[in-house]
Amino acid sequence: MTLTSDPNLADPDATYAALIAAHDGLTEAESAALNARLVLVLMNHIGDATVLRAALEVAHGSGAGASGGDI
Amino acid sequence: MSKIFDTPLYPYARSADQDAPVPVRHPVVIVGAGPVGLVLAIDLAMHDVPVVVLDDNDKVSFGSRAICFAKRQLEILDRLGVGADLVAKGVTWNRGKVFAGEDQIFDFNLLPEAGHKHPAFINIQQYTVEAELVARLRTLEAAGKPVHIRGNSRVIAVDPQPDHVGVTVDTPEEPYQIAADWLVACDGARSPLRAMMGLDFTGRVFEDNFLIADVRMQADFPTERWFWFDPPFNPGQSALLHKQPDDIWRIDLQLGWDIDKEVEKAPERVIPRLKAMLGPEVAFELEWVSIYTFQCMRMERFRHGRMLFAGDSAHQVSPFGARGANSGIQDADNLAWKLRLVLEGAAPEALIDSYDSERVQAAEENILNSTRATDFITPKSAASRVFRDAVLDLARDHAFARPLVNSGRLSQPTWYDGSGLNGPDDPTLPALTRPGAPAVDAPLPGGWLLDRLGGDFALLAIGRPAPEVVGTRPVEILASPEVQSRYLNTHLSALYLIRPDQHIAARWTDAAPATIAIALDRAKGGLG
Ligand SMILES: Cc1cc2nc3c(=O)[nH]c(=O)nc-3n(C[C@H](O)[C@H](O)[C@H](O)COP(=O)(O)OP(=O)(O)OC[C@H]3O[C@@H](n4cnc5c(N)ncnc54)[C@H](O)[C@@H]3O)c2cc1C
Repeated sequence: MTLTSDPNLADPDATYAALIAAHDGLTEAESAALNARLVLVLMNHIGDATVLRAALEVAHGSGAGASGGDI
Repeated sequence: MSKIFDTPLYPYARSADQDAPVPVRHPVVIVGAGPVGLVLAIDLAMHDVPVVVLDDNDKVSFGSRAICFAKRQLEILDRLGVGADLVAKGVTWNRGKVFAGEDQIFDFNLLPEAGHKHPAFINIQQYTVEAELVARLRTLEAAGKPVHIRGNSRVIAVDPQPDHVGVTVDTPEEPYQIAADWLVACDGARSPLRAMMGLDFTGRVFEDNFLIADVRMQADFPTERWFWFDPPFNPGQSALLHKQPDDIWRIDLQLGWDIDKEVEKAPERVIPRLKAMLGPEVAFELEWVSIYTFQCMRMERFRHGRMLFAGDSAHQVSPFGARGANSGIQDADNLAWKLRLVLEGAAPEALIDSYDSERVQAAEENILNSTRATDFITPKSAASRVFRDAVLDLARDHAFARPLVNSGRLSQPTWYDGSGLNGPDDPTLPALTRPGAPAVDAPLPGGWLLDRLGGDFALLAIGRPAPEVVGTRPVEILASPEVQSRYLNTHLSALYLIRPDQHIAARWTDAAPATIAIALDRAKGGLG
């Protein structure tokens, strides 16, 4: 299996809104905990170690604190 | 009450070596009579290899240390003639429970599979194990086996030479010198011999302290391993409860980094902590209290010429997972037969290098497991703590999160995958018993498979006669349901070449004697 990096959500706006809404009214710590649980649930759902490693690279490679190596 | 660890078991006695005009040379000298040195000495002596054990005191290990001894180690000890006694004296357990906060989040069973002679684990005090080993060594000595243990004999200098090591031994009288064809340093985590050689011991120290208490109480907690994350009686930290023989219970309480050890060790501090844990109605007596900081370290190489390092001197792990003494016993099991064959001239000296590569591999695996457990128990960053807590939260209601909970991955023998001693494999046979794997026990009519394998090269022939191969002992068995699933898969017969430490060297569904002989040569460090 490979990581899907093409758009894959039927209703991106609604799904994104649901993600944000899940954090409504939470403190920063509660939000961090929710995110962690969510990552774990999704990680288990994906299961495939290669896909997860690719996902980690994508997440790590584009954002604050991303390690070097990009051209 | 006089305790076993206060009793001199091998008091100093003058040896003839002290009056010899030139240093007497011995085939094997072992420094340190801890569990590892004793196991190695017994294995060698049982095979008639002359061995001298030097220890800087004359007693078993002081106070409370290892308590959990794993199935593979019980199998090894059984081969050496002490397993049955230990299992009878020890507390057998297979189950564990994990709690978070006030709630039990799940339980586990370590050996759901029947058809093994030994349980997954027994709990027994390290000093009892050592006392049994000393008694066994004494019995062998009395029966004329070439083994001697010298108490109050501290090694104070070593002189490594290409074909031997000179050893200076300090005694209550004057120091004296001996020489060893092979010197094995089983002198513990602080290994003075490692220091004398100026060798590195590197790794990680964990910034945490653990209070280890042994208490005597009559309590009706079940015989299980109980582990708590963040319990009400030790908020923000962890705790572990284990039953030992003689109504003794082991309690580990995580204390954190910034503490005053002397204050925390005082009974007025310890007793209220334990009362909070055990409940006000439970009466107990403190037997032993100490505070430990744990580390994961190892030497880069375990062989340095004619000097070998085994047990804690070569590698150290945190105790979560019970991999310290357990892995040291496997070091001894791996080394004994190799030393014997090399000393007998039946194998090239290169065989000893396989001790280094196989047991370095094992140490890496143990350190990896122990480090991961310690990082889960004591998260090292804010993010790591958030994920750890998320795992514990989810584990209450969701089975998928439970395998992520790491309160210690309990000691397993190392599979020597990729070892240079491994010969041909037939991958249509079960992966469980591939070359490098420890042979898996199975019930046989009137006994157990591992008892039949013994401690020499065995040619296990299942469902067929064993061909004659010089240097192997034939062991012919029939396929029971356990043997079928552990050794045959769908095949009707197979041949397994098994090393003296009961690890599998090679296997075939069929092979000519000449093919087996080549694998045997390879398993003895030849080119094969
Ligand atoms: C709190 C705690 C709990 C543990 N729990 C477990 C567990 O449940 N399961 C497990 O498997 N392991 C456990 N361990 C680890 C276990 O105790 C060690 O791994 C084990 O003792 C190592 O055995 P050893 O023979 O290598 O060294 P040691 O037992 O340390 O023996 C070394 C010996 O060498 C002698 N010596 C030292 N220097 C010299 C010298 N210069 N000359 C002569 N003799 C010398 C010493 O006197 C000693 O007898 C635990 C450890 C601790 C601290």
